[in-house]
Amino acid sequence: MLCERCGKRPATVHVTRIVNEEKSELHVCAECAAQEQQELGFPAEPIHHLLGELLNYEDWFAGRGRPVEAGARCRGCGLTFKQFTRSGLLGCARCYEEFASRLDPLLQRMHGATSHRGKVPRRQGGALSLRRQAESLRQQLEEAVAAEEYERAARLRDQIRELERQLGRRR
Amino acid sequence: MLLAEILRNGRSAWLAADGPAADVVLSTRVRLARNLADVPFPSRMDEQAAERVLGEVAKALEELRAEAGAVEMYRLRDLAPLERQALVEKHLVSPELVRAAERAAVVLRGDEAISVMVNEEDHLRIQVLLPGLQLEKAWELATQVDDALERRLEYAFSQHYGYLTACPTNTGTGMRASVMMHLPALVMANQAGQLFNALSKVGVAVRGLYGEGTEASGNIFQISNQVTLGQSEREILVNLQGVCRQVIDRERAARQRLQQSRRHQLEDRAWRAWGVLSNARMISTREAMSLLSDLRLGVDLGILPHVEPRVFNELVVRISPALLQVAEGRGLPPHLRDVRRAALIREHLRAGGRQG
Repeated sequence: MLCERCGKRPATVHVTRIVNEEKSELHVCAECAAQEQQELGFPAEPIHHLLGELLNYEDWFAGRGRPVEAGARCRGCGLTFKQFTRSGLLGCARCYEEFASRLDPLLQRMHGATSHRGKVPRRQGGALSLRRQAESLRQQLEEAVAAEEYERAARLRDQIRELERQLGRRR
Repeated sequence: MLLAEILRNGRSAWLAADGPAADVVLSTRVRLARNLADVPFPSRMDEQAAERVLGEVAKALEELRAEAGAVEMYRLRDLAPLERQALVEKHLVSPELVRAAERAAVVLRGDEAISVMVNEEDHLRIQVLLPGLQLEKAWELATQVDDALERRLEYAFSQHYGYLTACPTNTGTGMRASVMMHLPALVMANQAGQLFNALSKVGVAVRGLYGEGTEASGNIFQISNQVTLGQSEREILVNLQGVCRQVIDRERAARQRLQQSRRHQLEDRAWRAWGVLSNARMISTREAMSLLSDLRLGVDLGILPHVEPRVFNELVVRISPALLQVAEGRGLPPHLRDVRRAALIREHLRAGGRQG
């Protein structure tokens, strides 16, 4: 029997559909069946498989950074690195820290970079700038102490405490 | 009900064909991937965590309504399978969301410009869909929706990596911007493959009509950014805009050249498409897509009598199997779908154009 769709290749996929008690049959070749499936919106091959492949490949170059054992497990969600290489999906926000040494080279290859330069959530942006401010004050404090300017150091110390109080409240 | 209207309405705002560069560009989409802090990503979460995400998003809707107007949230398990598939065909949800129907939801605005998928690969996928080439505007609306939701939700974000997503291909901005284009002349002149190859080297991906892993149908392609980390959203959008402008220019130039060098073939193809589409009594999605592309090109080049561009854009979506059946109000076996599809196209061509 020839494929009902293309009429060229032999029909190897036989589909019986029952919609509202009405039965219909479709005899198509594998190629047309795949296309039919895609038209219904089912992608043939999810990208994650490809990603898994990329990661396996990455194993060969694992010389960089602190190694993460394949059996290593994220303490946040319990995902193992091996599971990640198979699914291509991380399990939780913490996976990023737990697997950092293996993720960084991967991110570098995918994006040509490993650190974010885009939008920052407003909420965190607030905390972020407070933290940066505190850091800069701490540096000034060290300088003041080194220069034996104790009055200035005391003022800076109070400012830092105030910022830390604000940061603590945000959590 | 908002959803019923969306499903019945063929006149999605994003198919209006009145956007910038509408002769080549159908629509622009910006998608932002976001996750909640302290909840495992969807692939690792249990039912309880899924319900928590749904609950938190439901609570955040008020903020979203204040910012973006009337939106409604629907659990996919409450929709009929045909309705779910119809939402996929309208590009409002992904096939993956449908596969996770038990715990997934979608937030929709009536004009279809805004949709938020809940519990897909990430907890949130904010989508903005606009007609024509409007990357900047789509981003502005998407970031506005994002800000509104963030007032109530705490996102998984790291100072180093940016927005944390389930798949590392989205880490950083979590943004995927894509432009849907009709490129018949580049395909006909055998230049498309070469061009797409070149694009992949500047961090731009080309896919078929329904995204990842799908084939290009009706000469419609999606062009999107691949990189999400290390560049700001603006930089990514400016780069993509530049690439799109080049593709548009090339498509227009290819149309000009074809008109000079292959005038007779073009005319023949356009008129044959017109002949079949305005007379066929049964037609498959595949054949219809290919002929609609020929017809549209014929109209754009002034070979065929005028047909409203909107008619093509709407047909491309409405002839899909599930939408056809939803419009009919019941499931149809394939051969009856082909009958309905042919009838729908004939009606639209009669209504949208003057016979030549």
